[in-house]
Amino acid sequence: MQFGIFSVSDVTPDPTTGRTPTEAERIKAMVAIALKAEEVGLDVFATGEHHNPPFVMSSPTTYLGYIAAKTSTLQLSTATTLITTNDPVKIAEDYALLQHLADGRVDLMMGRGNTGPVYPWFGQDIRTGIELAVENYALLRRLWREDVVDWEGRFRTPLQGFTATPRPLDGVPPFVWHGSIRSPQIAEQAAYYGDGFFSNHIFWPKEHTQKMVEFYRRRFEHYGHGSADQAIVGLGGQVFMRRNSQDAVKEFRPYFDVAPVYGHGPSLEEFTSETPLTVGSPQQVIERTLGFRDYVGDYQRQLFLIDHAGLPLKTVLEQLDLLGEEVVPVLRKEFAALKPAHVPDAPTHASLVAARRAAPQAAVQAGTEVQAR
Amino acid sequence: MSTQTRTLAVVSAGLGTPSSTRLLADRLTAATVEALRERGITATVEVVELRQHARDLADNLLTGFPNASLRDAADTVTGSDGLIAVTPIFSASFSGLFKTFFDVLDKDALSGRPVLMGATAGTARHSLALEHALRPLFAYLRAVAAPTAVFAASEDWARGGGLHDRITRAAGELADLMAGRPPAAPADPFDDPTTSFEELLGGR
Repeated sequence: MQFGIFSVSDVTPDPTTGRTPTEAERIKAMVAIALKAEEVGLDVFATGEHHNPPFVMSSPTTYLGYIAAKTSTLQLSTATTLITTNDPVKIAEDYALLQHLADGRVDLMMGRGNTGPVYPWFGQDIRTGIELAVENYALLRRLWREDVVDWEGRFRTPLQGFTATPRPLDGVPPFVWHGSIRSPQIAEQAAYYGDGFFSNHIFWPKEHTQKMVEFYRRRFEHYGHGSADQAIVGLGGQVFMRRNSQDAVKEFRPYFDVAPVYGHGPSLEEFTSETPLTVGSPQQVIERTLGFRDYVGDYQRQLFLIDHAGLPLKTVLEQLDLLGEEVVPVLRKEFAALKPAHVPDAPTHASLVAARRAAPQAAVQAGTEVQAR
Repeated sequence: MSTQTRTLAVVSAGLGTPSSTRLLADRLTAATVEALRERGITATVEVVELRQHARDLADNLLTGFPNASLRDAADTVTGSDGLIAVTPIFSASFSGLFKTFFDVLDKDALSGRPVLMGATAGTARHSLALEHALRPLFAYLRAVAAPTAVFAASEDWARGGGLHDRITRAAGELADLMAGRPPAAPADPFDDPTTSFEELLGGR
């Protein structure tokens, strides 16, 4: 099982000091956080993509390329890549190049984006968000799998004799997850292709995540990719830890109370009971996280949100120390002991290359079938 | 004739305790239960007092999801066969609490649902708020509003005749709408999709 962190890249004032970091400070903090993630033994760092203040991450491949050069084992991912408003041709090119530079440590999570004005700023319409995600992703898959593409669709100018360069590393496209908070159509898309499905698991109650994941698993099996419990599931999560749980609550509360998404609303205690947010000791985080398996089954990737709402860099790095030293080693061992042998790990570039070598004929046939669609 | 059953949800946005809005809601409910009984239908009534969900509703506006308590209330309303919705009139319209409850429901959740609208205020000069504020709200939600909406000013609780007749007429209209419609079977977004993914891919 993979463990990591994901960032939304928000520039938010620290409510305890009133100070807002500069964009430069926040960008460099995100670098420090990703490097620290590898240093403490986490597997994955994923960055969001935003095209409006107060967020800094407009260009994930620029950032991830820099991180790739500074790390050696960290899996680099996105949370999410905007499949609606980005040109799928640029996604195909940018991430294929990044995959070469990162020696196969890249995967992506597709998302639609929920900031209304971003759609018109990029020439699109939020009301066609699902249709954009479906058409653009279908094109992206072809660009990575077919050397020469003739294509015509509804949202983008047609392509005749187009080759996306560079071709994917080892001829194997990056693994793709699909993230959605509330749209079953996106879980259906993930299931149709046998891709991973990632549930945000931060802003909504667990019952909602459970329904989405159950639906994805059932449809994954329906489309013949394996049994429902072999579908590739990732979860978000949100934690704040101190060794003494009362210290964690006391320190996090001023950040929680005015946080951009849920601030000025429910109390920390109410939100902790209604959603997967855990504020407490490392042991409490371990127990809560192990409990996620009770309602989504054995899953492949757990990402925590730890660097938002104005928390200072020093505090975030301390959170990473606790995750790396006390939480993840226990979770790794406990989850591994519980997982049946037939449940796969999350695909990586290495595993996808190995799978293709093991079954070259099947891969070619599957590719042909995809083209025919 | 076999006995049919229907669920009747009642939303009352009164703030006082006791509340004249709830009093009107109770009168409309009793009359509707009786009208349904006359049509061979046994009604199960579930009342949602929005005052009890005032903080839940503010939280939902900010977090984007209903907490467990509000979720139960919303499910009661969206899973019902008919709805009685009663609000006090504040500043020439429905109360903010009343509107907020309908703001946080899914926009399709009341589609086709029979609704009886009621309102209360200190004077009869507010009565047309039912027609210029509540009726467009339920039209937007594509609910089926009964032709008669019932307004009760303070003076109506003393004067004989008019209010009782309006309640009886409106209850009969709601009962007719509910009797003429099969029991609610709300769509589950997690059912297997009716549009195949191949159709989505084909742009249909």
